Amino acid sequence: MLQYAWLVLVFPLAGVLINAFFGYRLGRRACGALATVAVALSFLWGVGILAGLLNLPAEAREVHLALWDWIVAADLHVGLSLLVDPLSVVMLLVVTGVGALIHLYSNGYMREDPDYARFFTYLNLFIVGMLLLVLADNFLLLYLGWEAVGLCSYLLIGFWYQKKSAADAGKKAFIVNRVGDFGFALGIMLIFATFGTLGFREVFERAPVTLQAGGAVATAITLLLFTGAIGKSAQIPLYVWLPDAMEGPTPVSALIHAATMVTAGVYMVARTHVLFALAPVSSAVVAAIGTLTAIYAATIALVQTDIKRVLAYSTISQLGYMFLAVGVGAYAAGIFHLTTHAFFKALLFLGAGSVIHALGGEQDMRRMGGLFSKLRVTGITFVVAWLAISGIPPLSGFFSKDEILAAAYHSGNVPLWLIGLITAGLTAFYMSRAVFLTFFGDSRVSHEAAHHLHESPPTMTVPLAVLAVLAAIAGLGASAFNGFLEPVFEGAHAAEAGGLPEAALIALSVLAAVVGIALAWLMYQRRAIAPERIGARVPSLHRLLYNAYYVDYGYQRLVVRPLHALAQWLARSFDLGVIDGIVNGVPALVSGMSRRLRGWQSGYVRRYALSLVFGVVIVTTVALVMVRTI
Amino acid sequence: MLPTLSVLNLNGAVPQIAVAGAGMLIMLIDALFHRGSRRWAAYLALLGLAVALARVVESGASAETILDGALARDGLGMAFALVLIVAAALSVLVAMDYLRREEHERAEYYALILFATAGGLAMAMANDLVAVFIGLETLSISLYVLSAFFTGDAASREAALKYLLLGAFASAFFLYGIALLYGASGTTRLVEMGTAIRLAGTQADPLLWGGVALIIVGVGFKLALVPFHSWAPDVYQGAPTSVTAFMSVASKVAAFAALVRLLVVVLAPAAPLTSALLALLAVLTMTVGNILALAQDEVKRLLAYSSIAQAGYILVAAVAGEVGAAAVLFYLLGYAFTNLGAFAVVLAWSRRGEGRLPFSDLAGLGFRRPWTAAALSLFLLSLTGMPLTVGFVGKLYLFGAAVQAGWTWLAIVAVLNSVVSAFYYLRLVVIMYMREAEMPLALQRAGLALGVALAVCAAGVILLGLVPGVALDWARQAVAVVLS
Repeated sequence: MLQYAWLVLVFPLAGVLINAFFGYRLGRRACGALATVAVALSFLWGVGILAGLLNLPAEAREVHLALWDWIVAADLHVGLSLLVDPLSVVMLLVVTGVGALIHLYSNGYMREDPDYARFFTYLNLFIVGMLLLVLADNFLLLYLGWEAVGLCSYLLIGFWYQKKSAADAGKKAFIVNRVGDFGFALGIMLIFATFGTLGFREVFERAPVTLQAGGAVATAITLLLFTGAIGKSAQIPLYVWLPDAMEGPTPVSALIHAATMVTAGVYMVARTHVLFALAPVSSAVVAAIGTLTAIYAATIALVQTDIKRVLAYSTISQLGYMFLAVGVGAYAAGIFHLTTHAFFKALLFLGAGSVIHALGGEQDMRRMGGLFSKLRVTGITFVVAWLAISGIPPLSGFFSKDEILAAAYHSGNVPLWLIGLITAGLTAFYMSRAVFLTFFGDSRVSHEAAHHLHESPPTMTVPLAVLAVLAAIAGLGASAFNGFLEPVFEGAHAAEAGGLPEAALIALSVLAAVVGIALAWLMYQRRAIAPERIGARVPSLHRLLYNAYYVDYGYQRLVVRPLHALAQWLARSFDLGVIDGIVNGVPALVSGMSRRLRGWQSGYVRRYALSLVFGVVIVTTVALVMVRTI
Repeated sequence: MLPTLSVLNLNGAVPQIAVAGAGMLIMLIDALFHRGSRRWAAYLALLGLAVALARVVESGASAETILDGALARDGLGMAFALVLIVAAALSVLVAMDYLRREEHERAEYYALILFATAGGLAMAMANDLVAVFIGLETLSISLYVLSAFFTGDAASREAALKYLLLGAFASAFFLYGIALLYGASGTTRLVEMGTAIRLAGTQADPLLWGGVALIIVGVGFKLALVPFHSWAPDVYQGAPTSVTAFMSVASKVAAFAALVRLLVVVLAPAAPLTSALLALLAVLTMTVGNILALAQDEVKRLLAYSSIAQAGYILVAAVAGEVGAAAVLFYLLGYAFTNLGAFAVVLAWSRRGEGRLPFSDLAGLGFRRPWTAAALSLFLLSLTGMPLTVGFVGKLYLFGAAVQAGWTWLAIVAVLNSVVSAFYYLRLVVIMYMREAEMPLALQRAGLALGVALAVCAAGVILLGLVPGVALDWARQAVAVVLS
C-alpha cells in the first residue's frame, strides 16, 4: 500500500488532464463529478496509507519513496521522491478530505458559472500542487508544490478576471508572495550550499552536526524559510494579500485561503523543526510574529462589515496562533490546530458562501440578519463552527486553542500567552458579532433578495453537515492525534514548567470566550450597548481598525507608489534612452548582421565555395599559429 | 596477402550488411517486379533497419574489430549506430505518406536512405581514416541524389547540384587532411595513429596540425558548422522536406560520431589545440545560426538555421573531449526525436507541391489541429531547452561537460545563445495559439505512418526528459568502451 502512495497524486492529475482537454465536452455535471471523485479517491487512498502506516511500529513510520531521479549533476540530485510519515499523512488527509467536500460543494455553488471546466481544472490542479507540497521528500519538490499552489491561488482569485477587482487581487496575491518566495528560495539555496543536498532525510540528519546550535547559518536558513511562510501564510507584514483574495469564488476562499494552502507555512516550519530547534532566535521570531499577527488581525476583524473579510482576518489571526505554537516548540499542537481550523474555517466560509448564494451575492452583514430560520442547515452548521472557533468546550477549537495557549504559557513566554488569551476573547467577540448580525435579530435583507431567499441545494448542505460534525468532535481525538504525530517531533517537546495549574488555564481561556460572546450578545443581539455609540466615541480608533490600520494605504504610499514613480522615471529616462536604444538597436544590429550574413547567402555556389575557402584559411591559420605556441 | 574470412569478422558487420542488403534488395525487387504501390519498399527498409537495430542491441559492445581492423565494434561506435538507425527508421516512417502525397513514391527513395545509413554506420564505427572517408562519401552521395529526388522541382535539383559541388570541394579538403595525417604518423588506422602521436611526441608537427585542421574542415562541412555552413540553408530548403529531416539528423549523428572518436582516440594529446579550434567554431556556429534564424519567416528554413545552431551547442560538449562524449551522444539521441518530430509536423502541414511553410500558415492551427500543434510545441520547447523535455536535460549535460572541462565562458555563450533561440522557437508557438488565420490552410489528413512517427518522437522527447537516467547511464557506459 505504502509504496503506491504516489497514486494520491495521480487521481487529481488525471482529473486535471481530462477536464482541461475534455471538460466542456463532458458537460457540467460530469465535469464537476469527475473532479470531486478524483479528490475523493485520493482521500480514500490516503486513508489506506494511514492504515498502512498504523500497521508499522511507531518508530518505523517514516517511508521514503524514491520514484524517479530526474537530474543528477554532480552533487545535485533532483527527483520525485515522497515522504510518508504521520505529519505528511495528516496533511494529506486534511487536504484531500476537506478538498473533496469543497469540490462537492462547488458543484452546487458554481452551478451557473459558464466556466465550470476551467474552475474544476484549476481546483484539481491545486490539489495536485498541495499534495506535492506536503508529500515532498526534498526542498526542491516542496518548492515546486509551493509555487504550484501559488499559481493556482493566483488563477483562482482572479477566476472572474472580467472583474477588475478580482484580477487586481490575483495580481496582488502573486506579487506579495514573490517577496516571501524569494526569501524561501534563498533559504533553500543556503541549505544546498551548507549541506550539499536538498533531501529532507540527509539535511535533518546532518543538521545537528553541520550547524552550530544558535549559529548564524542556522538562524539565517530558518529565518529565510520563515520568510516564505510569512508570505504564504499571510503573517505580518505580508498578510495584505489575503483579505483581497476573497474576490475569488467562495469555495476557493474556503479551500485555499482558509483550510489548506495558507497553512503550508505552518507545515513547512513543522517539517523543518530540526533546523528551527537549532535556531532559538528564529523560533522566537516565529512565535512573536505569530502572536502579533493573531491579535492584530483579530482587532481588525472586530469592525469589518463584509462577512468574508471578517473570516479572512480571522484566518490570518488563527494562522498566527499556529505560528505561536510551532514557535514555542509545540509542533503537534500547531498541526492539531491546523487540522481543526481546516474543519471549522472551511465550514465558516462554506456557510458564508451559502448565505451569499441565498442572498444573490450580498456580502455585507449590515444587509443580513434573521437568516437562521430561513437557512436552517446553513444556520445550524454555522453556529457549530462559531462555537468551535470561539473555544467553547467540548468543540474542537477549544481543545486545539487551549493546547497552544498552555504550551505558550509553559514555555515561559507569559506575555505571548496573555496576548493569545486576549485574542481568544476577541475571536469569540467578532465571530459572535458576525453570527448575530447574519443569522439573528431583525432581517435587514433587501426586499428583492428576501424574495429569492432559499436554502442551498444538497450538494452544498451535505459538505456543511459533514464539516460541522468534524468541527464538533475532532477535539476529542486530541490525545490520539498527538500520540500519532509524536515520532515526527521527537525531542522537540515544549518545556513543562510550573505556574498556574492546567485547570486554571482552561478556565481562563473558556472565560475569555464566554466574555467575548456575552459582550457581542449584549451589543448586537440585546442592543443593550449600541456599537455605534462606542464607534462614535472613539471615531479615530474605529476608522483605524475599519481600514485595517491603513497598512494597505501605507504600502501604497511607501512601497507601491515610490516603486511606481521609480518605474515611471526609469520608463521616461532610462527606458526611452537606454533600453529602447538597446531594444531598437539590437534588432537593428541583428538584422543588419542578418542582412550582411544573408548577403553571403546569395545562392551562388562560387560565393559559397569562397566562404568555405575562407573558413579553411582561418582554421589552418589558427592551427598553425597555435603549433608555434605549444 | 589477402585477409581471411575470420579476420574480416563479417559476423560483426551484420548491421551494415542488413541495412545495405535491404537497400539492394529493394532496388532488385523494384526492377524485377515493378508495379503498383511502393509501400512494400518502406516496410522492407524498416525490416532491414529493425534487423540492424536488433543486432546492435543484442551483440553489445566489445573491443573487436571488423573487416580486418577497419571498423570498431566498441561501445562508442555501437551507441552512435543505434541513434543513427533509430533516426533512419523514423525518417522512413515520416516519408511514406509524404512521398505518396507528392506523387514521388518510388522505391529508390528507401534504398537511398538505407545506403546513406550504411555510410553513416561506417563513419560511426570507423577505426580507419579511409573507412571514415568511404562512409562519408557513401552517406554524401546518397544524400546528393535524395536532394534531387523531386526531379520535376527546380529547387530540388538546384539544391542537389549545390550540395554536390560544395560537398566535393569539402571532401577534397578532408582527403588532403587524411594524407597529411598519414604523413605525420605513418598510418591511417586511428588506434595506431593515436599511439604514434603519443609516443613520437609529434604534437608540434605542422604536418599533424595541417591534417587536423583539414579534417575538421571536412567534418565541419558535414555538420554545417559556420563558416562551412553556407550550403545548408539552400539545400535544406530546396530538398524534399522528408530528405531535409533525415539529413539534418543522420549526417550530424554520423559526423559527430567520427569527430568524437577522433578527439578521444587520436587527438587526446593535442586537446588544447583541438579544443580551442572547436570552441571558436562552436561560438561562430551558435551565434551565426541563431542570428540568421531570427530573421526567417518560414518554418523549413528556420529549422535549417536552428539545426546549424544546434550543431554549435553539441560542439560545446565536443570541446570538452572525452568528458563530453556521453553528453554529445545523449543530446544527439534526444535531438533525433525532437528534430525529426518537428519536421514531421512540417510535412503534415505543408501545402502539396510546396516545400515552404510560411509562419502565417501556422496561425490558428493550435485549435484546428490540437494534437499536432501540441506535438510541435513540445518539440519547439525541447529545442529551446525547457525543463521536462529532453532538450533541457541534454543541454544541461552538454554545457555541464564544458564547465567540467574548464570551458565556463563557452558554456555561458551557449546559454546566452539558447536564450536568443527561445525567441524564434516560441514565436511559432505564439503564432499557432494566439493568432487567427487570415487564409486558413487546407489541411490534408496526416497518414498513419506519420502519426506513429510523431507519437514515437513525442514519447521520446517526454520520456527522455522525465527519466533521463536510464539513457544517460547507457550513454556513459557506451562511450567508456572505446577501442584505443
